[in-house]
Amino acid sequence: MSQELFDAMKQSIVDGDPDLAAELARKAVAQGVNPLEALNQGFVPGVNYVGEQFSAGEMFLPDLVIAGEAMKAAVAVLEPELAKSGGQREVLGKVVMGTIEGDIHEIGKTLVVTMLSATGFQVYDLGVDVPVMKFVEKAREVNADIVGISALLTTTMVKQKDVIEALEDSGLRPRVKVMVGGAPVTQSWAKEIGADGYSEDAVGAVAVAKQLVGS
Amino acid sequence: MQPKLQLLSSEMVQKILDEAFQLLMEPGVKVQLPEARKLLAEAGAQVDESAEVVRIPERLVREMLKTVPREFTLYNRAGEPTVHYGGDDVHFDPGSSGVHILDPDTLEHKTSYTPDLIRVLKVAESLPQYDAVSTSIVCNEIPKEIGDLYRLYLVLLYTTKPVVTGAFSVKTTPTMIDMLAIYAGGREALKQKPQAVFDVCPTPPLIWSHFGAQNLIDLARAGVPAEMISMPLAGAGSPVTILGSVVQHAAESLSGMVIHQLAQPGAPLVWGGAPAVFDMRQGTTPMGAIETAMIDAAYAQVGKSLGFPTHTYLGATDGKIVDYQAGLESGVSAMIGALAGINMISGAGMLDFLACISPEKLVLDAEAIGMAKRMVRGVEAHTDPLATAMFAGMGFKADFLKLAETRRLFSKEQYLPSAVIDRGSIRSWLDSGGPDAFARAKIRTQQLLSAYKRPTAWAEQEKELVAMVKALAKSAGMETLPSLDD
Repeated sequence: MSQELFDAMKQSIVDGDPDLAAELARKAVAQGVNPLEALNQGFVPGVNYVGEQFSAGEMFLPDLVIAGEAMKAAVAVLEPELAKSGGQREVLGKVVMGTIEGDIHEIGKTLVVTMLSATGFQVYDLGVDVPVMKFVEKAREVNADIVGISALLTTTMVKQKDVIEALEDSGLRPRVKVMVGGAPVTQSWAKEIGADGYSEDAVGAVAVAKQLVGS
Repeated sequence: MQPKLQLLSSEMVQKILDEAFQLLMEPGVKVQLPEARKLLAEAGAQVDESAEVVRIPERLVREMLKTVPREFTLYNRAGEPTVHYGGDDVHFDPGSSGVHILDPDTLEHKTSYTPDLIRVLKVAESLPQYDAVSTSIVCNEIPKEIGDLYRLYLVLLYTTKPVVTGAFSVKTTPTMIDMLAIYAGGREALKQKPQAVFDVCPTPPLIWSHFGAQNLIDLARAGVPAEMISMPLAGAGSPVTILGSVVQHAAESLSGMVIHQLAQPGAPLVWGGAPAVFDMRQGTTPMGAIETAMIDAAYAQVGKSLGFPTHTYLGATDGKIVDYQAGLESGVSAMIGALAGINMISGAGMLDFLACISPEKLVLDAEAIGMAKRMVRGVEAHTDPLATAMFAGMGFKADFLKLAETRRLFSKEQYLPSAVIDRGSIRSWLDSGGPDAFARAKIRTQQLLSAYKRPTAWAEQEKELVAMVKALAKSAGMETLPSLDD
């Protein structure tokens, strides 16, 4: 019965229309559609489609980001409804993200945040110039599955290692996976500092994050 | 505002034309076709029959200029208008009449055959940067007397874009017009909606050969656009200076125009050319030389001052492989042609003084053309206000990626190149094996070739065309035509 609505939801994400996405989410609520179904059968397929199109070179970063914004608008409407009914959004995992201290580069990190949020992760974005201990504290506070550390400079990149060590010292490391990224970061650097995941771009980061939480 | 390159002051344009008019009287123009001399004599030119020399007074030239159309349109096979000759519109097509094809693996310049031309046509048809296709390379297994029409035959079978073509003999042009008429729905329909333009060449200096003049007359009477290709060779076939060569170009083109318009007033005609400077070390004719491009931009400006649609030969290289020299010469010269506002720029894909073509280079040149076309689109005001509205709620965060304007406008602002232009990280480049531009072009060429589908909408016309060309081949001593693929 709701297929038409689900299709419209998907399209609102593909078209990157946050207002329409929110409106459709409200419509679903008004019609008594299960909010979880609205998310998983309506909006998430849109995000997946945009991600696939981006990987295929058919869509571009602005499409990706604005699809993420539309998704955010839909989630903002549906999440309280879910809570009311005692349910909660199926979250793929909780991610604490930030750009390491001394580094104010935000765009790459924000892209990853947007993509992870849009695909169903609960993301806590700490922003830029984030002190090492802030990652650890937030990870403990929210019981994070993944900590993501971004660095755009070779000089700040080394501090990604400090975060991993701090997680170890605090005893969190066994239950927290670490992802690193940023222009100078390589697979071999990730390996060298003992990170669990690395991706070159935001779409790849989603795949890595999914893999790390085993879904 | 379309950015424009102008090399000449308006005083200089007048001086060039003034000297061209002087040349048309002294020494005059050699016109080897009696019918053309007759037309000229009847119109008031002084004709020396024994020397085949015609002196054309400025008054006659000025009068004939009045009937030259300032613009015309070329149509695709579906009859849709796709190329506008006139004003400062800029279009590109691949080079013409090469005799070799670059083997992408051995880098040998090989004699070209039917499958090579087919490959070139498939690539040119697939790339949107090319507004028209050309009869790009000679098919060496085909008897010379049907070679020109055979190339057009392949073009008609494999492409739908307008065609830049030409003939090297008097007999062939009418046949080629008939071939095009099959697709246009008759000769009259072809006149109304031409699908091809025919290159016609004077011989430097100041000569209209028997077949050049005959082609002008035949094309004018058929109402099929003719494109005059004057070819001064600065320092050898024409004066050594850029301006001297432009004067000769103007004199050759103006005399051709008079013959053409006398045959049929109002017939469409293009002020085109393929000049070059003459290399004083090698005795060669470099198409990639900066001065070659300067002659082109200058003669185009002269033609525009008279209201002509324009054409030139740029976007090619004299290098033998697709390397730095090839990119430099092709890219820079394509950009100059575009900035000069030349309506049709032929030459993409060509190497080695236009002797050799490479489908892979065609793929790379398409990116230079994409960038040149982007340049001539200029800087546009997509929004009003230009920027302030996009700062609303910005919060000092670099979040412009999230704006609806970004999504709506980025692809209008940015020319998005294909993967042959490497804009990825060094890691992804290394991961894909560290390919250079030519290696990337080889991959894309293969992708285009495998995605290509031959047009199927013209089965009836195709049948008629094949029967016609089969008969022509037979009379040229060729029992069967080479087999074709899809």
